[in-house]
Amino acid sequence: MTTSPITRKRVRGGVGDSPLRIDGIPKVTGNFAYASDLYADGMLWAATLRSPHARARITKLDTAPAYAVGGVVLVLTQEDVVGRPGFGMHVPDQPVFADGECNYWGEPIAVVVASDLPTAKLGVEAIDVEFEELEPLTDMEEADARDSQTRRMKIRRGDRDVEGAVVVEGYYEVGQQDQAPLGNEAGLAIPDGDGGVDLYAVSQWVHSDHWQIYPCLDIEPEQVRCHPVGMGGAFGAREDVSMHIHLCMAALRTGRPIKMMYDRAESFVGHVHRHPARMWYRHEADNQGRLVKVEARLILDGGAYESSSNAVIANAAYFAVGPYRCDNVFVDAVAAKTNNPPAGAMRGFGGVQTAFAHEAQMDKLAGELGLDPLEIRLRNALGRGDALNTSGQLIEGSLPTAELINELDAMPLAEPLDSDDARHLPGGTGLTTDPRHVRRGVGYGVTLKNLAFSEAFDDYSDVRIVLSPIGVEVYTAAAEVGQGMVTIIQQLAREVLQIEQVAVVWADTGVIGSAGSTSASRQTQMTGGATHQCAIELREQILAEFGGDDLSGEGVWKDGELIVTLHEVCESGPREHEIRYRHPETFATDENGQGDAHPAWAVAAHRAVVDVDPELGLVRVVQIDAVHDVGRLLNPVAALGQIEGGTLQGVGLATLEELVLDRGVIKNANFTDYLLPTFLDAPHVEVKWVEEPERWGPLGAKGIGEPPTISAGPAVAAAIRNAIGADLIRVPILPQHIVGA
Amino acid sequence: MEITRPTSLSEALDARAQDPGADLLAGGTDLMVEVNFGLAKPEHVIALRRIDEIGEVEDRRIGAGVTWARLEESDHRALAQLSRTVGSPQIRAAGTIGGNIGTASPAGDGLPWLAAVDAEIEVASQARGTRRLRWDEFFTGVKRNALEPDEVIVAAVLPERVPSNQHFAKIGQRSAMVISTVSAVVVRDDDGSVRVALGSVAPTPIRALAAEQLINENPQPTDEVLAEFARTVSAEVTPITDHRSTESYRRHAAGVLARRLLERCLAS
Repeated sequence: MTTSPITRKRVRGGVGDSPLRIDGIPKVTGNFAYASDLYADGMLWAATLRSPHARARITKLDTAPAYAVGGVVLVLTQEDVVGRPGFGMHVPDQPVFADGECNYWGEPIAVVVASDLPTAKLGVEAIDVEFEELEPLTDMEEADARDSQTRRMKIRRGDRDVEGAVVVEGYYEVGQQDQAPLGNEAGLAIPDGDGGVDLYAVSQWVHSDHWQIYPCLDIEPEQVRCHPVGMGGAFGAREDVSMHIHLCMAALRTGRPIKMMYDRAESFVGHVHRHPARMWYRHEADNQGRLVKVEARLILDGGAYESSSNAVIANAAYFAVGPYRCDNVFVDAVAAKTNNPPAGAMRGFGGVQTAFAHEAQMDKLAGELGLDPLEIRLRNALGRGDALNTSGQLIEGSLPTAELINELDAMPLAEPLDSDDARHLPGGTGLTTDPRHVRRGVGYGVTLKNLAFSEAFDDYSDVRIVLSPIGVEVYTAAAEVGQGMVTIIQQLAREVLQIEQVAVVWADTGVIGSAGSTSASRQTQMTGGATHQCAIELREQILAEFGGDDLSGEGVWKDGELIVTLHEVCESGPREHEIRYRHPETFATDENGQGDAHPAWAVAAHRAVVDVDPELGLVRVVQIDAVHDVGRLLNPVAALGQIEGGTLQGVGLATLEELVLDRGVIKNANFTDYLLPTFLDAPHVEVKWVEEPERWGPLGAKGIGEPPTISAGPAVAAAIRNAIGADLIRVPILPQHIVGA
Repeated sequence: MEITRPTSLSEALDARAQDPGADLLAGGTDLMVEVNFGLAKPEHVIALRRIDEIGEVEDRRIGAGVTWARLEESDHRALAQLSRTVGSPQIRAAGTIGGNIGTASPAGDGLPWLAAVDAEIEVASQARGTRRLRWDEFFTGVKRNALEPDEVIVAAVLPERVPSNQHFAKIGQRSAMVISTVSAVVVRDDDGSVRVALGSVAPTPIRALAAEQLINENPQPTDEVLAEFARTVSAEVTPITDHRSTESYRRHAAGVLARRLLERCLAS
């Protein structure tokens, strides 16, 4: 790859700066238009009838009473689906509406279109629907036993007969976390009057929506155009289709713009969740603590439909051991299919679950051997030139595990508790705890995550750059979900072209090719990489044409002299260049899970300091010290934001967040009982970076979206165990678990 | 939906008499949640916020319309403490103690304090005028109370003497803005007698009478007596397992919390 050009004077807001986000001030002042703010003249509203049972046969579905409600104009059911009956991220296994049977609580059965939202809801209530309840399958182990699954994944590497001097075993559980983005699902579909439709709905990947939508509508691909919209968070919840096909069907049938908006309770059933997990582990090590063999059995509950379960279970298996060398690894992993709400993508994507287990196992080994927790991790640290413990893939890019561990060890430890202010004590404003009740604990989480798509997926991002005398436009379909992609694109374009005025044009599926999903920690590398490469090629074309050696906002330079102005460069019209950017090719693994499945990885190392009130089981996470593998730091403030936010999401899973299911029914689909951390629950976060450039991507930068979420939770769990001196096998760790430990 | 906006108690009682069972709205922090979840569809709401007569704190009377934000400044220490744990600042600016009493949730943050100080609940109707019920006469079950359909809650009335040595604590899963899984108030009088009240561990707020008796007989308790006190509290509560916590945790935590509050009282 061509390296970044050196220029005489640096443009402001390039790589390494932290320029102000263009969406920052509108968001904090309430002026940003989210999907829920969308409006079109003459629009109608739609609402969804959902299954009240985890599993049931629909014995009667009469929509006539809904039509009798004044203002109702249309009711859609599966009978109205004219094209392919179903959709799905990878396989179209979920019907657009329940097809005779409901397979999970909250599955859409019908959509009512009306003049306004309350009327649409009255229409939903009026539908005459009857069910024959069936016994739901809601236990993932029972599903596994009955061979109800979407993917079995096997890792067979090395020799199963080798034995270590030290053996530790453990069983671990991870509860079901929700992405809980603050912006609920919302969208607007506008018919084009010519049999096509423009869709503006929340999405992490408009092209994937497009590929799933148009076959169900039975129209030509170009007749559906999916547009990026303003979103208040995603975390994986916006990867799957939710209301998208319903909106398009309603718009095409009525010829009117259609708006939908889920409320918080509906959002909890309107998107997929993180997979809950059960995991059995056996680690064997030599008497120096070096891993000899790891065996694991993993079950993740994928719920009623596949969504991205098959990629999630692969990740759980590939990252079952963490960033540690081991030559003998045996993993059996299964994505169970049940009647629980579908599970799919969430930040960390399979790696979160196994990280809790492998880190607990490393601590157990350290305990058996009398080794410091960081020392045992250092002795096993995986790095460039090693083989990945599970797939056997040679690590050619960057993986500075040992450097991260050493940096973490060098960070100063949080000060001892020195306050009787309740806000600094477990229990917080509840005044439960005095300083004398508190025990402090310290724990570590060192974890590994793949970056971008794996297993032979054709992963690319299209970018078009248009240069005119007034500045640069970068066309992309990459979803800005709040993570700051827009600023990274601007910075990379500025860095190469040395032109400060860079606008990002969020283009629809009819204007530009796919940017891939805003997921898998991939957009900085993929769309950032595409922007960087496209800008370099455009710059080189212009310099070659005019015989210059440098480009800036003024024009083309040669030997320090301006030889042609930017206006002259663009005399015959704006300069355009478009590229499709790909990462190094990846491959499907063989039946033993062996092969080159991944383009890159990132490692993270966290230390958690907690104060625990063991008698009441209350925890305050005091501080997280985080060292991150960023390849090359493009924007310090943006990276810090991702790390602080991701860390808090990991802390949330470790201590608070869980969807409580009772026979497939969510009991806490609201923010009163699905508890997210408040600011008072948020630890102080200290961050350090290690910059070891990746072999591809813009200037060697790595994605940073997921690693903090993966590492923080295991570190907190370890710190709580350390404080109370007992095993805790399940997260979230609740007061009753600590008291009973 | 019809909304009546009385500006005096007598107007409110008129409205209530004309439409017994109409929903009463104070801060709306309970009722509007029910409405938003589709669990309540009020046909007639009587909004009480404009009634100055129930919005004041006077000596022994706390008007039903007094908000948590005001009670955070209360001279009654435990009342101020508990008021700071109610929801968020926005909720505390809207929510009232009368609403808490009317909703009669087992988790109502203000209710253990009313039980601990032996408060009375003053209610009024057009037909029968004013009556006062002891707190344990008023709270009859989970979200059930003795308010008649034509009545309005007017005030919480405190006894002549409320000991100043009082402490509150509340367990929730997170550090703020959380519904209690167990809450407790302990009040200690100058003669060493104590009153111990708990929330979220029974259908209504309760007093741990046997535990109180133990301390009244041992006003300077030893560590052994304190341990026995905690065990007695745990034995007296009747919690359930739900999506917020378990029966056994609540039973255990009720004892621990009561003992810690008693220790704070003893150290004061």
